[in-house]
Amino acid sequence: VDTRLTPEQAELQRSARQLASRLGPATVADLDDADRSSKLRAAVLEAGWLELRDEAGDGAPVGGSVEAAIVTEALGGTVADVAFMGPVLARDLLRRAGAEAGDDVVVGMTSTLDAPAIWPDGAAYAVDGPADAEVLVLVPRDGAFALGRVDAAGPGEGADLTRGVRPVQVRTSAAPVPGARALDADDLLRWTALGLALTSADLVGVMRGVLDLTVAYAADRKQFGVAVGSFQAVQHLLADAHCLLEGSISVAQHAAWAADALPAAEAVEAGRIAKAYCARAARTVCETAIQVHGGIGNTWECMAHVFLRRALLSAQWFGDDGAQLRALADTRLGAA
Amino acid sequence: MDYFDSPAEAEFRARFRAWLDANNPGLPASSTDDEYWARQAEWHTALFDAGFFGLSWPKRFGGQELPAVFDVILDEELAFAGAPPRPSLGYLVQGITEHGSDEIQDRFLPGLISGRERWCQGFSEPDAGSDLASLRTTAKPDGDEFVIEGHKIWTSYSDVADWCLLLARTDSDVAKHKGLSAFAVPMDQPGIEQRPLKMINGITNEFGQVSFNGARVPAANMIGAPGEGWRLAMTIVSHEREPGELGYVARYAKTVQQLERAVQFDPPAFTARQREAVAWAQVETEMLRLHVCRRLSERLDGIEHGPGGSVDKLLMTWTEQTVGAVALEVAGADAVTADDVALRTYLYSRAQSVMGGTSQIQKNIVAQRILGLPPS
Repeated sequence: VDTRLTPEQAELQRSARQLASRLGPATVADLDDADRSSKLRAAVLEAGWLELRDEAGDGAPVGGSVEAAIVTEALGGTVADVAFMGPVLARDLLRRAGAEAGDDVVVGMTSTLDAPAIWPDGAAYAVDGPADAEVLVLVPRDGAFALGRVDAAGPGEGADLTRGVRPVQVRTSAAPVPGARALDADDLLRWTALGLALTSADLVGVMRGVLDLTVAYAADRKQFGVAVGSFQAVQHLLADAHCLLEGSISVAQHAAWAADALPAAEAVEAGRIAKAYCARAARTVCETAIQVHGGIGNTWECMAHVFLRRALLSAQWFGDDGAQLRALADTRLGAA
Repeated sequence: MDYFDSPAEAEFRARFRAWLDANNPGLPASSTDDEYWARQAEWHTALFDAGFFGLSWPKRFGGQELPAVFDVILDEELAFAGAPPRPSLGYLVQGITEHGSDEIQDRFLPGLISGRERWCQGFSEPDAGSDLASLRTTAKPDGDEFVIEGHKIWTSYSDVADWCLLLARTDSDVAKHKGLSAFAVPMDQPGIEQRPLKMINGITNEFGQVSFNGARVPAANMIGAPGEGWRLAMTIVSHEREPGELGYVARYAKTVQQLERAVQFDPPAFTARQREAVAWAQVETEMLRLHVCRRLSERLDGIEHGPGGSVDKLLMTWTEQTVGAVALEVAGADAVTADDVALRTYLYSRAQSVMGGTSQIQKNIVAQRILGLPPS
């Protein structure tokens, strides 16, 4: 047992965090800066991170689930408005099906966002895909699933100001993905474990980013002639938030490792534990951030709500804490 | 990053599992029953004699000189077998190792680690809790001895202890935290009287109150230099806050396992809310296990005990109090009619946010020493 990052993983973390803080939005107004966001997209593409889960030979991916989580966490830390997790998860699924990686592709999720959409179910959403992404859906075939393609429709909408959620265009038929094998239950469990690990990693990044922002604000903002961060009431809120972040790192890091390393069912359980903890923690940490920012924290111009909104989407994507607890209870306690 | 056992770790795990299979004493949880405390010494010596206690400590004192992560494996196997947690005294070992002379270490560490000599910790007083440095117990030199006057409280295991690691004032003319020294005081003497302290869950064997009326300790039993008592106390309490040092994960996992079995036995008898509560208790417990893995892995870079122990203590407290509250929720009305184990587990959990330094104090430490916020 040695849970430390390897030197290569630590280096990836350093460079991903550097890129995210250089090109991520520092202010709410930055979200409208198309020049910055296109530089961010280009830099992520250039770094090769979108290819992390593509096939490297022998069916294995270029990068491990831990590496994918490290980049996800870094981008979450500055609420980076670039499609990453969506395309990486789609390319992971394409690799499992033995198909070519697609550039602008994302997996359609059911309307509750907690599972991949199964054709011809009507309502589905493409989460965190580029504007004109192709959308993968599962097409039932002989007790397994083939991969089909449909289109996303309409502009990105939804709570998160940094990642799009697009309604999926339903067709009477889904176009088959060339060269794709059928996916079995084990493939889908492994993919789900990765989704749980990455959404947890994004939540960890969000917590780290919003807490840094809020601690700096509390140290700077003066009332009664002193920094509000000198008041014990404020200190205890921030200390609680810091502990929630630390606990979240511990579970999310394990889920990231488990996604590739453990048998599928165990990897999913590790993912559910991480997601349940991180989703609850992120909600509290972001709400604390708004509270400590006071009146300003409730205005559109304050970055705190951008973090909270991102946390709300990552919490729902692959299922929120309630969904994870119900699933854990069903697995461990027997059906109700 | 690797959560799998190395070959050496796997061998240790298999060996311990086999031993435990034959030697599990089947004690009740420490949080609910005096029987645990009555038989803890026996459990301690059994673990030690088989080579399963003091894993990370020096061999010359009876330890095994293994990396700290072996304790994670030990705790996992204890939890898996539903066995009692290992005795929690790593913090005393750390304190004596860091501050005691070679003579003191050679004299006291082997007995402490083997469980042949039992220890209690005389720090808190009725008027010195969170403000420990204001303690009033005095130790005055008299020939080659010191004479002790004062009153200690929350003294774990004082009823069975051979030795007390006592913090006393040896100099009243300096700032309050500079005038303290630490001693290894023999408990079996006429100047010491101890009384049990009954806790809200009915346990009487864990905590005691100790009066010192002219008790004597040889000057050679001072641990560290005169005036070093405060620093020694801070070493001890910072380790006392670390779940990796305490091994409580095994206790929480055991309770969660019992709650899961209760629900599995008759699923329709439990509501969706109770089922989710049990799942949440498992999530918190697993979080703490993984957090300890992470912390003890960091020790491979060298031991460091700073303000991070306060983070760990808060996470441990939240876990224990979640597990306690879920035990109460699963028991429902039974907790106030028939199921006193659930009630006692819950009541005991309330102490975790106080013992070893209150949660309020831990949050002050986190805010000021980790987040860098200005003092209030």
